[in-house]
Amino acid sequence: MSRPFAWQMAAALVLVLGGMALETMQGGTAANIWPALGLVLVAAIAGSLFATAPLIEAGIAFIGAHGAAWLLISGIAGHEGNAGPSFYLALVGAWLLAWRCVTALSAIKPASRQAAAALGLIIPVIFGVWILILWEAIVRGAGIPFLLLPAPSAIGARIVSSASILAADVNQTVFKAVLAGYAIGCISGFAAAVAADRFIFLRRGLLPIGNMAAALPIIGVAPIMVMWFGFGWESKAAVVVVMTFFPMLVNTVAGLSSAGHMERDLMRTYASGYWQMLFKLRLPAAMPFIFNALKINSTLALIGAIVAEFFGTPVVGMGFRISTEVGRMNIDMVWAEIAVAAVAGSVFYGGVALLERAVTFWHPSIRGG
Amino acid sequence: MTIRPSVGVSASVKPANEAPANEPVVEAQKLGLAFQTGDGPVQALSDVDLTIGKGEFVSFIGPSGCGKTTLLRVIADLERPTEGTISINGMTPEQAREKRAYGYVFQAAALYPWRTIERNVALPLEIMGLSRSEQQERIRRTLELVNLTGFEKKYPWQLSGGMQQRASIARALAFDADLLLMDEPFGALDEIVRDHLNEQLLKLWARTEKTICFVTHSIPEAVYLSTRIVVMSPRPGRVTDIIESTLPKERPLDIRESPEFLAIAARVRDGLRAGHSYED
Repeated sequence: MSRPFAWQMAAALVLVLGGMALETMQGGTAANIWPALGLVLVAAIAGSLFATAPLIEAGIAFIGAHGAAWLLISGIAGHEGNAGPSFYLALVGAWLLAWRCVTALSAIKPASRQAAAALGLIIPVIFGVWILILWEAIVRGAGIPFLLLPAPSAIGARIVSSASILAADVNQTVFKAVLAGYAIGCISGFAAAVAADRFIFLRRGLLPIGNMAAALPIIGVAPIMVMWFGFGWESKAAVVVVMTFFPMLVNTVAGLSSAGHMERDLMRTYASGYWQMLFKLRLPAAMPFIFNALKINSTLALIGAIVAEFFGTPVVGMGFRISTEVGRMNIDMVWAEIAVAAVAGSVFYGGVALLERAVTFWHPSIRGG
Repeated sequence: MTIRPSVGVSASVKPANEAPANEPVVEAQKLGLAFQTGDGPVQALSDVDLTIGKGEFVSFIGPSGCGKTTLLRVIADLERPTEGTISINGMTPEQAREKRAYGYVFQAAALYPWRTIERNVALPLEIMGLSRSEQQERIRRTLELVNLTGFEKKYPWQLSGGMQQRASIARALAFDADLLLMDEPFGALDEIVRDHLNEQLLKLWARTEKTICFVTHSIPEAVYLSTRIVVMSPRPGRVTDIIESTLPKERPLDIRESPEFLAIAARVRDGLRAGHSYED
């Protein structure tokens, strides 16, 4: 590397020296400021000495950044809202070290597939952890009111202490309403698309009507579905069906016409029937479109089920919990539900995306080229 | 020089003395096809008379818009003629298609990317309902015929363009139709690969004794491969000359420098020039 001294390291050094000067003049705003400042200082200097060996530099920056962050956050206990400028200077210095760490890691060209996979995992994890660190440190350092924004540690504690309630909510909303609605909506949208493809009057008639169904506001549909299907999960599943039907319909219709002329003519020269053409050519060719719809629907379904629970529900469910706990000022519980919903949605989406990779391995967007 | 005299540069080139001795595979009389477009009808084919005998290798050559691909598609029942009659093995093109009387090779390989090479070759066999063991046997045989043994488990996108086109030829050969229709199959390949595939195609033709209709816009390719060359011209698409090749059946690549070859090529070029007006 031609630059022996990375700018993140230089900036961290300047900030820490400034922090030390300020701390000497004022001092005493929170515990552990001096060890944190010292750790960042040592890591910035030591890391720069190894600027030509990215792995060692990244390791030193990693230890310095996270050690300092841990010292700062544990030191703020009992001093909430009283953090002085030196606290933030040390925090930004540590964050710059983490930045340097990720930059150094990104520059490494991994030798093996496992190393590449590990790198691909560790870089986003450091990113995500630093969002939480900055959130925690700023909320507690500045003493932001609990109702406005609880610290991640408080949300985490709430998740642990309310695990059984959260599990019941996930069971009600995700495993009953979302999965049932998603399956029914996607399958019926797919079946309608195949029918619309087979019969021209359906294509002419159904697609415009489907278009209108897609424009239905979910806020308006949800109370109607509750009146039709009751307070249980069935009415939420019905909302999810309404939301997921149309994306699957239009994507499948588009996918079924995506096979090329030459490929269709080829099937004609074999005197293949409609169903053979469908199963051997047009459905495989439509798979990238169908998976697009499955991915879009995986996030739509969760949103639909949670919002639908605002309009009448038994005393369980993620949407129910969010709407009632907000009224009771239990903001940490609301955040806990949001966090669980985000994880559930990501797992759902990730699962569909993995399945997509396995099924449409042949598509240029997946095989890369 | 032993080129037979031209029968006429206008049309209807099917005198009895030139009809092939073998039984006819394709017979067209007064064949015409008009496409309906937004600007009114376009005459893609007009007044085509043609007989192709069993075991012949017939090339169709002409500038773009001369209807050579349309003619091939009419034989394959991918287009319907609007005038005249055409029969394949004594049947209508539709009956012939239903009976899987021909294999068709397109301008691009058109292999299905989600199938391996062997599953691509198996595609027509699956549609025809052949047993697994019969499929395996035919895949092995046809892949050997096009020198692709060892590539059964590869996906099309893992192969070069020339190999992909060979796989598509294997697919057209797999169900043993006697007639092979090829629409500029090597048009997208570079000249070195093209020479190599031309040579292989001739060997394959000699081994399998199939009837081949071959559309091209390359004069050397047409002369090198064919027993007969059908010269066509546009507006309206029509046959302007039919040239019998006097080259021997055994054709090494360097036959293309022989005076006989060059004489036939010159006559093809004359035919193309006569039929095509360059004023537009």
